[in-house]
Amino acid sequence: MASLSVTEDCEQLRKAFAGWGTNEGLIISILAHRNAAQIKLIRQTYAQTYGEDLLKDLDKELSNDFERVVLLWTLDPAERDALLANEATKRWTSSNQVLVEIACTRTSQQLLLAKQAYHARFKRSLEEDVAYHTSGDFRKLLVPLVGTYRYEGEEVNMTLAKSEAKILHEKISEKAYNHEDVIRILATRSKAQINATLNHYKNEFGNDINKDLKTDPKDEFLAILRATVKCLTRPEKYFEKVLRLAINKRGTDEGALTRVVTTRAEIDMKIIKEEYHKRNSVTLDHAIGKDTTGDYEKMLLALIGHGDA
Amino acid sequence: MALSHEFQALTKSFSGFGVDEKSMISILGKWHQDDRKSYRKGCPQFFIQDDRLFEKWDDRHVAFLKHEFLRLKNAVVLWTMHPWERDARLMKEALVKGPQAYGVIIEVASTRSSEQLLGARRAYHSLFDHSIEEDVAYHINDSRRKLLVGLVSSYRYEGPKVNEEIAKSEAKTLFAAIKNADKKNPIEDEEVVRILTTRSKPHLKVIFKHYKEINGKNIDEDLDDELSLDETMQCLCTPQTYFSKVLGAAFQNGADEHAKEALTRVIVTRADDDMKEIKEEYQKKYGVSLSKKIEDAVNGNYKDFLLTLIARGE
Repeated sequence: MASLSVTEDCEQLRKAFAGWGTNEGLIISILAHRNAAQIKLIRQTYAQTYGEDLLKDLDKELSNDFERVVLLWTLDPAERDALLANEATKRWTSSNQVLVEIACTRTSQQLLLAKQAYHARFKRSLEEDVAYHTSGDFRKLLVPLVGTYRYEGEEVNMTLAKSEAKILHEKISEKAYNHEDVIRILATRSKAQINATLNHYKNEFGNDINKDLKTDPKDEFLAILRATVKCLTRPEKYFEKVLRLAINKRGTDEGALTRVVTTRAEIDMKIIKEEYHKRNSVTLDHAIGKDTTGDYEKMLLALIGHGDA
Repeated sequence: MALSHEFQALTKSFSGFGVDEKSMISILGKWHQDDRKSYRKGCPQFFIQDDRLFEKWDDRHVAFLKHEFLRLKNAVVLWTMHPWERDARLMKEALVKGPQAYGVIIEVASTRSSEQLLGARRAYHSLFDHSIEEDVAYHINDSRRKLLVGLVSSYRYEGPKVNEEIAKSEAKTLFAAIKNADKKNPIEDEEVVRILTTRSKPHLKVIFKHYKEINGKNIDEDLDDELSLDETMQCLCTPQTYFSKVLGAAFQNGADEHAKEALTRVIVTRADDDMKEIKEEYQKKYGVSLSKKIEDAVNGNYKDFLLTLIARGE
């Protein structure tokens, strides 16, 4: 038996679709202020009450950017990641970082749930689609990245960190960026271990590994490697950059703004906003306000304020 | 005075799989010093006449006996273990043992369901503070690395839906890679590894059907040379064939400890799964029932334990 507030939410949402046009404001005021668990209940109750899938009704009634942000937000996080990953494989290009983003910024458990959702929705595994749609060095890196089920403990083996930092430095100096060991280390070690290894890398060899991986700014494989490192070690910096490029309309990452806001709103948006403010001297709210309009803007702003007191 | 049939019985209970506890107790337990001395003098296969005038146990046989006494304990411990812990420990042990044992990693990774393998990976985290994929990637340095890392990392779709067109095309890809084997080892071929480590089992079965249509032969027949690949394919598509083969190898004369251990491993890990099919396959392949073979070749409590496990559900 759904609680009174869930029933009310369903009624309100239904009303928002009624008649001509759609009351987007009402949709925002409800959905943007519910978390994933609450939205799940709303979807269930909506389906029981009206015999229709809330998502299908949203799809019918909304348009473009606004629709996309509402749709993504309403999906269960695992389904969302599965959808984003699937889109990324279907229109995969060597500059596409979405697969790295999903594989490396999620926890092991979140990635696992996404893969389960992927099975259910697409009747294939994420690994087989990534393997099939990518090639060469990209495949060598991406398949292990999505296939891994990283150990999540904090234990670190310092001896191993030293020796693996050395291996990385060696391979990078030889420009063997696609070397098996580089990929092995990044794709299988725990995040804690990788952090230790890269700290040691910097202490021992002087540079951040990403600085050493910037030798050719046009090399797309290097870009993906740098993204991998960033996602694994400093996701808030990675997301700040994606947002910055999207808002300034640079680069080719379509839908990045919607994607980052909906996928991080319940996770680390607060830290990302701090990072953004530090880096850009304006707040993310301000930047979004300048760059977007209408209901799309309202929804984004509501989401990035999510969880704030 | 000890009787010659007692000698024989005791010798038998010291040979083969497991040990015949009852005979040891009833025969050995009652023998006096002289009987035992006669036994030692009469069994050069276990005892060596030493220069200093005593009959010495052959070290190798003592070591052999140690394994045999431990078989029941190992079987019981393994049987009682949670399947996830069991699979995690089996894979870890194989990694530690080295290249000749890597087949066990292939076996576990390929014959378990996606959820079973995932459980094993979880247990591995708890038991060893690492992920299985990082350990496999780190410790295996030969041509099998990519295949094995891919196999232990797999989380295959388990539904029945198969894209026939893609399966057909992938059968052709595999055929080409195998034909090209003298120029490039198929186990290092990216496409071969991709197909085997990511496609669902139903999809792979369709691929193998098409392979046979293209080529006239089963794909694992074409791969006789490259052991890991043909084992992988058998495990993925016809696990009972693989398991009955492994059991057969365990019973061979001169089988080494690694081959013999498989008897416990296969029976304990498959007793709840496809033991019925494995028994049928074994009977077909070797012309004798698995129970009879165990009856003949295995001793004591270990024998009884195995027979009980494989008789379950009958």
